[in-house]
Amino acid sequence: MHKEPLFHIVKRPAIEWYKSWAIRVLAVILALILAGIVTLALTGLNPLKVYATMVDGAVGTTRRCWALAQKTAMLLCIALALTPAFRMRFWNTGAEGQVLAGGMAAAAVMLKCGDLVPNWLLFILMFLSAIVAGAIWGVIPAFFKAKWGTNETLFTLMMNYIAIQIVGFFVLEWSVPKGSGQIGIINQNSQAGWIPPLFGQAYLINIILVALITVFVYVYIRYTKHGYEIDVVGESERTARYIGIDVKKVIIRTMILSGAICGITGFLLVAGSDHTITKDTAGGNGFTAIMVCWLAKFNPVWMILTSLLICFLQKGAGEIATMFQLNLSFADIITGIIIFFIVGSEFFINYRIIWRKKEKEDRK
Amino acid sequence: MEKIPALELKNISKKFGSKYANKGIDLKVYKGEILSILGENGSGKTTMLNMISGIYFPDEGQIYINGDAVTIASPNDAFRYRIGMIHQHFKLVDVFTATENIILGTEDEGKYDLKKYSKKVKEIADAYGFEIDPDKKIYEMSVSEKQTVEIIKVLYRGADILMLDEPTAVLTPQETRKLFDVLRRMKADGKAIIIITHKLHEVLDVSDKVAVLRKGAYIGTVNTPETNESQLTEMMVGQKVVLNIDRDDPVDPKDRLIVAHLNCFNHEGTKVLDDVTFTAKSGEILGIAGIAGSGQRELLETIAGLQPMVTGGVQYIDPATGKVEFLRDKTPQEIREMGIRLSFVPEDRLGMGLVGNMGTTDNMLLRSYLKGKGVFLQKEESRNLAEKVIRELDVVTPDAEFPVRRLSGGNVQKVLVGREIAAAPTVFMAAYPVRGLDINSSYVIYHLLNEQKKNGAAVIFVGEDLDVLLALSDRIVVIGSGTVTGIVDARTTTKEEVGLLMTKEVRKNA
Repeated sequence: MHKEPLFHIVKRPAIEWYKSWAIRVLAVILALILAGIVTLALTGLNPLKVYATMVDGAVGTTRRCWALAQKTAMLLCIALALTPAFRMRFWNTGAEGQVLAGGMAAAAVMLKCGDLVPNWLLFILMFLSAIVAGAIWGVIPAFFKAKWGTNETLFTLMMNYIAIQIVGFFVLEWSVPKGSGQIGIINQNSQAGWIPPLFGQAYLINIILVALITVFVYVYIRYTKHGYEIDVVGESERTARYIGIDVKKVIIRTMILSGAICGITGFLLVAGSDHTITKDTAGGNGFTAIMVCWLAKFNPVWMILTSLLICFLQKGAGEIATMFQLNLSFADIITGIIIFFIVGSEFFINYRIIWRKKEKEDRK
Repeated sequence: MEKIPALELKNISKKFGSKYANKGIDLKVYKGEILSILGENGSGKTTMLNMISGIYFPDEGQIYINGDAVTIASPNDAFRYRIGMIHQHFKLVDVFTATENIILGTEDEGKYDLKKYSKKVKEIADAYGFEIDPDKKIYEMSVSEKQTVEIIKVLYRGADILMLDEPTAVLTPQETRKLFDVLRRMKADGKAIIIITHKLHEVLDVSDKVAVLRKGAYIGTVNTPETNESQLTEMMVGQKVVLNIDRDDPVDPKDRLIVAHLNCFNHEGTKVLDDVTFTAKSGEILGIAGIAGSGQRELLETIAGLQPMVTGGVQYIDPATGKVEFLRDKTPQEIREMGIRLSFVPEDRLGMGLVGNMGTTDNMLLRSYLKGKGVFLQKEESRNLAEKVIRELDVVTPDAEFPVRRLSGGNVQKVLVGREIAAAPTVFMAAYPVRGLDINSSYVIYHLLNEQKKNGAAVIFVGEDLDVLLALSDRIVVIGSGTVTGIVDARTTTKEEVGLLMTKEVRKNA
């Protein structure tokens, strides 16, 4: 006779919402306890004090709150760009490059046309060129995927490095002063092409625009014919063909959209906060956004929460690193533990563990 | 003294859910003997081999090897008892050579010396008359070469009992003859061989004994020299079962769909439909019978506009105007735009007909989401249709938004058929619409097909159960290996006649 295993893993039927949230909250508490033990063991610091510093670092002052909101908005915007592609099961790992392409185009227009056209026209030109550049960067891998079935994950990933090198090239080419290797703040004096502050808040227009994009993406995927086609193609290409959906067209159209929103993010970064372009303008957010998107299960509303969570952890962790003079790796350990527990909690929401003894009782 | 069988099954049964896939199987095979297993689709042949090779574990019964009772709990155990299985779908690593695939997973003392292994492979090949280049990569090989590698793989592991699951399905007649020569040589070498095939003439050609299964049950074993095609067919399909399916006479049948000289090629360029010609009439059910994989799927997909590489013609005659439309090279979208209400219930319900993770409402939307102006979806109509289908066909689901993937097979099919009949089709095609369904759900589907017939649709019904085909259809088109082997009147024909047509070898291909 074969021995009965110690436990079985069983898929749960639907779970009540309060139970799933109880599991998530429990996961965070467990994560904080474990991270606390690790903190104590590695640094000898009081974990509670460390957590307090984290919160303070993220939302301790009004200025920090705004900085957090801006960071969250940028990350969220990229995650929103990925959403239509991911729902189509097109694994766009090229957001980094698409953001850079958009940012590069916006910066080029800002630099070259800043003194030639009125400011309102400059904004329109920057905005449109960023969209087009992002869309081109997104549509190239989509075209190859639709036409010859190339692997989109590798293709989009490689496109990142091309974008980074293109930016690197122009940064050298246009560097101020010549040969310094950086463009520096563009239009420092005229502030042409700078998104102006609203009610005294530098980032408010950025945040409002991202909020609008959130609504747009939500409506697009939930209530439009295009969104429905994306879902069908993502779930089953065979069904899509059976029903007469032009799968190639949907792939290309969706990646144009995905790339375009990445391009907008690049525009917002250049015009709304950095006022320059470097190889680090996207700052790895193109990859972090993949996690944001997955954690939220491709739902734009949840993405507001997941991107906020991740930015909160990053900001807070950065603060502990400086306050306690620890290196940044320690901050990453804490962030890693917390995210691991949150991701892991999804397993316990979807599956149940039945222990050997318990099952026998069930049978009685 | 009586000879001891190399392999014996006693009263073996296997259940999937509440359904028996195998029930009370008794089987003996001796050394130096070829045993054929014969049975229709779903009669449990593969299940049985899987139990012998350790992939499934029997619920009841006992397996004996050389007279000893054994437990085969894994493919490793089967390997220990010198049982080798050659699967229908090859399990080879494409970028490895023949030799590398053959030695994969075997343990050997000493160092990894490919040349030595190559030589050993060559020796086995020569002993049985295989033609093989041990250093050729799998991706460069033809289907029959790959099969050879699979066979040598089990011989290399020292198998004395070989089981082949439909080995000839993928071979040309010449390759089949070669394979049979090899099998005869292995038999002479004292191996016990079990082979599954659908083709009666091959059974008679190669085997010493034939065991017949029907609907999971063991029917009997006969000695090949003492039997003939019609006896085997009768054992395979059984006596006529009386089914209580209504069948009205067609009312005013008119030509609706004319399929003429249709050829279809798969993406490897092989002909899967060969000169298929028939006419489907309004107000009648046209049954399509044939061994699985004879081209039924391609035929329906061609009509529905889903197969790209096609020659020949499909004509549709509009019932209102009498106008003739040509459907070939039209996409499903274009066919719909021409105003032709062609409904299609594909074989793969969740992978093709429906989206598993969507609810009933969103699945209703598949056919109609483009309706209405503007960019937004109009869900109201689909929601009503979903409610209606759930109500009228008794679909058991918590609500219309519950993912259809998690419904039972019968309910999934009701959702799919419900959507397809909602368009009031003039042509209604269904591939294996009752496969895997319990008896009540099956009758619901039969009733729905009859209703479509009454409404004047041309119904094309691809079935596997001959009893049902005979009881439900008005006419039956029998296809074998992609060609029409006969068109018969379902009211006057017999199961034996259809069964013989199904397995008839069409000479013009060879």
